[in-house]
Amino acid sequence: MMKQMERETSQKAWDDFKGGQWQSEIDIRDFIQQNYHQYNGDESFLEGPTEDTSILNDKLTKIKLKERAAGGVLDADTKVVSTITSHGPGYLDKDREKIVGLQTDKPMKKSLMPFGGIRMAADALKSYGFEIDPETTHIFTDITKSHNQGVFDAYTPEIRRARHYKIVTGLPDAYGRGRLVGDFPRVALYGIDRLVQAKLDDLDNFGDHEMTDEVIQMREEISGQIRALNQMKEMAASYGFDISKPAENAQEAIQWLYFGYLAAIKQQNGAAMSIGRIDSFIDVYVERDLKRGILTEKQAQELIDQFTMKLRMVSFIRTPEYNSLFSGNPIWATLSLAGMGLDGEHHVTKTAYRFLNTLSNMGAAPEPNITLLWSDKLPETFKRYAASVSVESSTIQYENDDLMLKQWGTDYYAIACCVSAQPVANGIQYFGARANLAKTVLYAINGGKDEIGEAQVGPAYAPITSEYIDYDEFMEKFDAMLDWLADVYVNALNTIHYMHDKYYYETAQLALKDTRLDRTFATGISGLSVAADSISAIKYGHVKAIRDENGIAVDFKADNDFPKYGNNDERVDSIAVWLVKSLFTKMNKHHLYRGSKLSTSVLTITSNVVYGKNTGSTPDGRKKGEPFAPGANPAYGAEQNGALASLLSVAKIPYKYATDGISNTFAVTPTTLGHDPKLQEDTLVNMISGYMKNNGHHLNINVFKRDTLLDAQKHPEKYPTLTIRVSGYCVYFADLTKEQQDDVISRTFHETM
Amino acid sequence: MAKSPLRERKVPKRDGEVLGFVHSTESFGAVDGPGIRFVAFMQGCNMRCQFCHNPDTWKKNVGTEMTSSELLEKALPFRQFWGEKGGVTLSGGEILLQIEFAIEFFTKCKKLGINTCLDTCGQPFTRRQPWFDKFQRLMDVTDILLVDIKHINSDEHRKLTGYRNENILDLCQYLSDIDKPVWIRHVLIPERTDFDNYLTELGAYIKTLKNVKKVEVLPYHTMGVHKYHEMGIKYKLEGIEPPTSERVANAEKLLHVEDYKGYLA
Repeated sequence: MMKQMERETSQKAWDDFKGGQWQSEIDIRDFIQQNYHQYNGDESFLEGPTEDTSILNDKLTKIKLKERAAGGVLDADTKVVSTITSHGPGYLDKDREKIVGLQTDKPMKKSLMPFGGIRMAADALKSYGFEIDPETTHIFTDITKSHNQGVFDAYTPEIRRARHYKIVTGLPDAYGRGRLVGDFPRVALYGIDRLVQAKLDDLDNFGDHEMTDEVIQMREEISGQIRALNQMKEMAASYGFDISKPAENAQEAIQWLYFGYLAAIKQQNGAAMSIGRIDSFIDVYVERDLKRGILTEKQAQELIDQFTMKLRMVSFIRTPEYNSLFSGNPIWATLSLAGMGLDGEHHVTKTAYRFLNTLSNMGAAPEPNITLLWSDKLPETFKRYAASVSVESSTIQYENDDLMLKQWGTDYYAIACCVSAQPVANGIQYFGARANLAKTVLYAINGGKDEIGEAQVGPAYAPITSEYIDYDEFMEKFDAMLDWLADVYVNALNTIHYMHDKYYYETAQLALKDTRLDRTFATGISGLSVAADSISAIKYGHVKAIRDENGIAVDFKADNDFPKYGNNDERVDSIAVWLVKSLFTKMNKHHLYRGSKLSTSVLTITSNVVYGKNTGSTPDGRKKGEPFAPGANPAYGAEQNGALASLLSVAKIPYKYATDGISNTFAVTPTTLGHDPKLQEDTLVNMISGYMKNNGHHLNINVFKRDTLLDAQKHPEKYPTLTIRVSGYCVYFADLTKEQQDDVISRTFHETM
Repeated sequence: MAKSPLRERKVPKRDGEVLGFVHSTESFGAVDGPGIRFVAFMQGCNMRCQFCHNPDTWKKNVGTEMTSSELLEKALPFRQFWGEKGGVTLSGGEILLQIEFAIEFFTKCKKLGINTCLDTCGQPFTRRQPWFDKFQRLMDVTDILLVDIKHINSDEHRKLTGYRNENILDLCQYLSDIDKPVWIRHVLIPERTDFDNYLTELGAYIKTLKNVKKVEVLPYHTMGVHKYHEMGIKYKLEGIEPPTSERVANAEKLLHVEDYKGYLA
């Protein structure tokens, strides 16, 4: 009887959809493949915002400005620990909202999330003038413990030292690791009950009567996932929706999907909380409603606008230290658009256009982090439209779909953080921040002693003592130091992910993924350009070390000119490539948690400033404390052969090793791109296209004048929503620290006279 | 009176190839002809335009010596950025002072199907032989030209650049006659070129040409001034500010910029 009813509901919800494997299995990719609507036209069909959208948007903007004026936080929970069902419903303006659901009971009120680390949660509150409830502290310190406590219980002294002296930094050992993209459309297409049933089946089938550690862990996790699914239902019910059954129209589909995402952000304050690749999925529902005459284009745009507005509202309270790493409180609600199918057909739908149109309907904003999956085979009209949005708002990043499709073997992947790809149905990533290669160069020279703290951090190998640094001697020592770095870094990450699974497991996101997962072990590199240029200096520049009274090399002088990364010069670009491959290979010798597969990245977010601050002078001529270049960018001022030469250098870093992304941030003045909008679009399209054809992976594009930034720094009130792209995400310029603003302004602008 | 042939200039060569004197190259030229272009700025110019922002390119026979093969090798890595319209641009200095090099370089480019663009102020142009013969050969391998008309009035042209403009206008006429696509560019300088009567006259002149795909008004800027100070040359436009956006719009109107849409095709 129950089964019968279920089938009827599904049939109604699934009317007019083309059937396929997705009906008998949980398979969103197949559903999209059978039903998506390619669109080859231009943007002329797009509609402006509805009155409700504009009123809501104004309201939200006012709250955000008030928040900024108040120093970042207006209201925060100090006692109630955030869970999927911790709060009753919250609204911005109930009667006007077409898509509902907030993290807490009030807009922009920050939730309390102590599972990553109770101290971090308390410090975050304190820095904004709130006091955590002593009872909550008591529970998480004396009765149970947080992820952070678990990690520090297990860390070795060596790992602690490496962390303290910042040769490895930004580790997710006191906050949520994030970077898991839930397959949120599952909630809409199947309804919760069907998903619970599938997980119950998996639970039944997991482990063949032999309770190994692995089986026990998995069974506990699946049970937690089922609990999370039921809590999602309960949360949705508090808003008056029954999501136990599939969504029946576009509004419901978006609402159901959003409830899945909302559950995730109520449970986790992960470093990145991506929404995934939902454009063609939503488009199927929108097209069906349009065809049925129950939705107009104006209403369709309203749904997309208001859903996007919800993504703009996601926020977490974090400590100033965290914010100095990742400025402007990004949460990476990354939204992946377009891309190609494995069958060679493009996935540009009208909804991809509608998402881009939110930027003109509601103004530029940092979230969601809009990522365009670029292929040369995308329709020209769409490429041009995206380029025009870039010129207008500088809010899009472009990633090489051809490259990622080939690497990951599926067209249903999404960007999981700033730039890393992840198969949506069955892939997860263990995020692991980054190791500082520039500092490693100095450790090799100084025998494992930190150049700033002057403590013995790495192994006490013999330092280089000659006045001039001999290349062969350096390389031998560097290789050994890199071995040590790989050891200590992988050990730290193994500890972190063991504890994260134990104390802060992501039941909501993982409930919306396959039970059997492909895991990647995500490491990262910072200071690539500094390390490459430093090694080039040692090889070609005849570098003299200047030592302090303790024999630590604290400054360097190159007698001769040497090739610098960023000029398409093979002599040094090959060093950068070698560095990535070499660290990867060394880390890959290690045991990796839960059979995960090693990956790495060359992206730094805004932390290039902090990494630089903590690193002494380097042989390339960079002075102590000066920022690194962001991500895989060449060093400031290193580029002598123009923008494209710089792009070609970065494009050489092999994606095969750095599958978590090679981030390149590009700033250009509008007039450099061309003297009128049409030419500017042309130039951008050709530039992106050329970069991708050369196997470049990722490109942030900023189009503005340096003068605009200087003025915005002086008069923030004139530019409340000036949005720029930094390494892997978007940020309001006004939300950057002064140092970071200076860094962005001083960065290489491509400009012609 | 028939003009006597010009004396042949001795052309420097290496391994049988003409040597060019290159001031610098730019991989990302998006305003130097259609699409994205690799631009080589060649060394040497006879004119001494008061507003020139690259006085460091004036001197002849200095800079980096390169054969056309070497320059091509430097350009080719960027080919995938050029799309359907982009390619290479030879600029200066004044490229026509190294016409033999330009012929060799563009001939090699055309063999590979690369779009070629010549950015010139036209000063060396003459119909005298053997120069004109060479120029015709160059036009066979040139897809488009950017021609600067510095001033429509020849006396003013001489004051501004040191040379009269008759042969430059003759170049424009010739290019129109052979229907070679050109973009006409004009630098708008307060107190020098920004006068309605001259602009109207220039606008009317351009209308007589049948090969113009685009007309661009380039507002004078002061970004090159520091080079004069560094090089110890007197800067003759000291105190003149860039034109206002109203004056730029006025010039665009008088030059009928809106009428020239051929470049969008």
